[in-house]
Amino acid sequence: MIAELGHFALALAFAFSLMLAIVPLVGAYRGHGGYMALARPLTYGMFIFTLISYIALTWAFLVGDFSLIYVANNSSSVLPWYYRITAVWGSHEGSFLLWMLVQAGWAAALALYSTRLPLTFAARVLAVMGIIGVGFYLFMLLTSNPFDRTLSYVMPMIPIDGRDMNPLLQDPGMIIHPPLLYFGYVGLSVAFSFAIAALMGGRLDSAWARWSRPWTLAAWIFLTLGIMVGSWWAYYELGWGGWWFWDPVENASFMPWLIATALIHSLAVTEKRGTFKSWTVLLAISGFSLSLLGTFLVRSGVLVSVHSFAADPKRGLFLLAFLTVVIVASLLLYALRASKVVSHTRYELFSREVMLLGNNILLVTATMVVLLGTLLPLVHQQLGLGSVSIGEPFFNTVFFWLVIPFVVLIGIAPMVRWRRQSMAELIKPLLLALFLAVAVGFALPLVFANHVSGMAVIGLIMAAWITITTVQELRLRIANREHKLPALVKLGRSHWGMVLGHVGFAVVIIGIALVQNYEVERTVRMAPGDTFVQEPYSFTFQSLKHREGSNWISDAAVFEISRNNKVIGTVLSEKRFYTIQRQVQTKTALQVNPLRDLYIAMGEELGDGSWAVRIQIKPFVRWIWFGGVLMAIAGLLSISDKRYRIKRKPLVAAQAKEAKA
Amino acid sequence: MNSKLRLLVFLTPMLLFIGLGGFLLTGLFSDPTELDSALIGKPVPNFELPDLYNPDRTHTQSIIGGKPMLINVWATWCPTCYQEHSFLNELLATKDIYIIGLNYKDDSRAAAMNWLQDLGDPYQINLFDFSGLLALDLGVYGAPETFVVDSKGIIRYRHVGDLNARVWREKVGPVYYSLFDQ
Amino acid sequence: MRILAFVLSILVSISILGAVQAQGEFYAFETAAQERLYNKLSKELRCPKCQNQSISDSDAPLAEDMRKKVHEMVLAGASYNEVVDFMKARYGDFVHYRPPVNASTIILWVGPLLVALIGMLFIFGLVRGQKKGDVVLTADEEAKLAAALNKHSQKGSN
Repeated sequence: MIAELGHFALALAFAFSLMLAIVPLVGAYRGHGGYMALARPLTYGMFIFTLISYIALTWAFLVGDFSLIYVANNSSSVLPWYYRITAVWGSHEGSFLLWMLVQAGWAAALALYSTRLPLTFAARVLAVMGIIGVGFYLFMLLTSNPFDRTLSYVMPMIPIDGRDMNPLLQDPGMIIHPPLLYFGYVGLSVAFSFAIAALMGGRLDSAWARWSRPWTLAAWIFLTLGIMVGSWWAYYELGWGGWWFWDPVENASFMPWLIATALIHSLAVTEKRGTFKSWTVLLAISGFSLSLLGTFLVRSGVLVSVHSFAADPKRGLFLLAFLTVVIVASLLLYALRASKVVSHTRYELFSREVMLLGNNILLVTATMVVLLGTLLPLVHQQLGLGSVSIGEPFFNTVFFWLVIPFVVLIGIAPMVRWRRQSMAELIKPLLLALFLAVAVGFALPLVFANHVSGMAVIGLIMAAWITITTVQELRLRIANREHKLPALVKLGRSHWGMVLGHVGFAVVIIGIALVQNYEVERTVRMAPGDTFVQEPYSFTFQSLKHREGSNWISDAAVFEISRNNKVIGTVLSEKRFYTIQRQVQTKTALQVNPLRDLYIAMGEELGDGSWAVRIQIKPFVRWIWFGGVLMAIAGLLSISDKRYRIKRKPLVAAQAKEAKA
Repeated sequence: MNSKLRLLVFLTPMLLFIGLGGFLLTGLFSDPTELDSALIGKPVPNFELPDLYNPDRTHTQSIIGGKPMLINVWATWCPTCYQEHSFLNELLATKDIYIIGLNYKDDSRAAAMNWLQDLGDPYQINLFDFSGLLALDLGVYGAPETFVVDSKGIIRYRHVGDLNARVWREKVGPVYYSLFDQ
Repeated sequence: MRILAFVLSILVSISILGAVQAQGEFYAFETAAQERLYNKLSKELRCPKCQNQSISDSDAPLAEDMRKKVHEMVLAGASYNEVVDFMKARYGDFVHYRPPVNASTIILWVGPLLVALIGMLFIFGLVRGQKKGDVVLTADEEAKLAAALNKHSQKGSN
């Protein structure tokens, strides 16, 4: 009964989205205020019924209603209650319902804050969210309904117990990873809606950029965190110690992130200088288009990936049709409207505008690399040229060459003035920064590591360059002020957001450069009692225990780790067997401090009581995720900048007046 | 820039996407896990493998060639091979086809022999590849797989997955019979 | 630089790894360079049977066989290219995560390069184009522009 309620609520949410897609647009077209005002309540309706539907599915999981196919396939009576809640998004149908909930949530938040926007504009923005909703709800109801009963043709009778949740996902990291990522993916639909609404109204101005900037930043923050948590999860859960594999599914989340990063920079230019408008709009459209494309790639099975959902061509066809309609329509609208937009501002080659545009071009180039690398295997096969694989060796090489000019720009751009900057003024601090960075890059490995690796040196130089130039930029800002400290405080949170964001990126680079070049990986044969030495650490396989959970049994190896003969920790590395899904899952042992991870994963049992054990020492690997978190905090700082709150109201009022006049 | 040219420039993102969409559409209808063999057009690699029934007897690449033939990779641990096996026996009941069986990394010689005794043996020669040596050289990545080899010992086609009536009629059969015409 | 880095890292890793006791090694190697080569290869070769995993990451029997073969070849003194070519001859280009450079894959490198080049040309065009545009600005537009710029500079650049 509850399930039927959920199904019905989903259908109602679809009805609301349909009305939301039509009524406010008609209102905007005819100038009918009443129709436009309906956008808000319709949005709330769409959200509330999606929420009801979502709660109903969660309920079905909690009580273990195995008469639902989806529940039966992804849960079981022995699954702990907290994993029952997360099992809701453990597979395609439920994760899509979560996706819809997030989308409706964004729309509702938008409706809540849209009182500050001109009515016509708000109506258009919400209507675009509605249009996106129509496609997605229809997709769920027609091809991916989580409320389907087992009584239908697929399973002839109600199973006594479910088939359990995918063991890979029975993990705390998986509790937060998908929601974060979806918040980011779908959040880009808000930036998209703003762009489309602005194109519809024919008004691309700095006000539009100012309105959409905090929303874009919010989506970017979630996307950043989502990717970081995903990387962290893959690192300790997949058992091979990699933190990024350039898998199509990872790439699908990375491409929107790259574009969103370009977009938040480009929006800054459009907001402050009123220029690059058509470029910014194109980025906003591309960002969401790529997140749609990613959804398609992950859920249609056109690409081979460890993470993809089960393939179903019907779903793929629907998604492809929908994303084609959305993307082609918006790009057509873009071509018709944006081609008429002219900028009147002026700037020279050495100016902040051009620096930021340069950063944008590098980010778009990087997106192109990922897009081509992800899709070429597919195209290659379609053209009858055979199968190729494009992975780490390719991406790492190309990204290495891309990140160098990118980092150079990160260092210079914040110091450069808008419109025009004299080269002579900056040449001294920049040369100083370069000198210091090179010195630090060579000195650090000489002092702290036992050997110098060229790639690590380059990475450290880049990180030092960013850090030093960032400090220099702050000094330049307060150079002419009498009271230095208050001047620093007065810089504004948005500025500090930029500073922290760039430093966060430097931290990520340090992590990548050091872990890639100084990690140690050994595969050893060990039996209980054996000790493996990798100076200065020694790993002693003390004993093998048998452990049991509600839905798994495991062989758990107890390792004692010493450093210079002093015990620093005892850890448990497990090989779990999930009894219902009949899958083996590695649970790695980690001994962690901020400077390095010790990573122990159990391989196969080799007979005679010994095991293949993979032992890795990963210096600075945590800095990669820590840097990501810094970047996300930087985004929060920027969002909380007061100009998005206080200054907005009078500005909007002025805009509204202007519109009426 | 005149306005028409400008419009065209602004239309390029859409045109690029439409091109991409076409590929995605065709991609939906093909299986990305299916791989082409790297050995098409190349001779069957050299090998030296024992006979399944008789460990003392070894076969080498000299048994390949002379006439068009199939090399069928199978194992008792492979459930699909079971279905394929009954099809092969049916096929042989009506047609004269030369098949070499390549038993691939099976649990034991006895298991494979029992299987053939119980279900019937469609193979003219049975190779026993316990360590997967020849299979590795052939680029086998799963069982069952079937290679079509011409009378000069050149691999002309590979099919991954089971042979059944449809696959035989549409894919493997035509290639096999075409080799007789040359 | 990369070559230098590679040479350096090999030299140094020999000195570090040389100190390690060889006991308990699952894959025994004669030199540290061999172990490095093996680790590199097993990460760059793709398991054909698996979803999207290198042979080092996969537990599939085929991946195990391939690891054994790589180990065997590395021990026998095979070079990086020899092992890669050996695998490619059997499983095709698919087996290596580094795609070959040929007519059908060149777009991987040329495509992004084109994007970057067009982007740079675009910037130059933009900057030069607006200088020409100076003349076209009407008096009215000039006034608007000045007002807008004024407003911005009063607000401060942030």
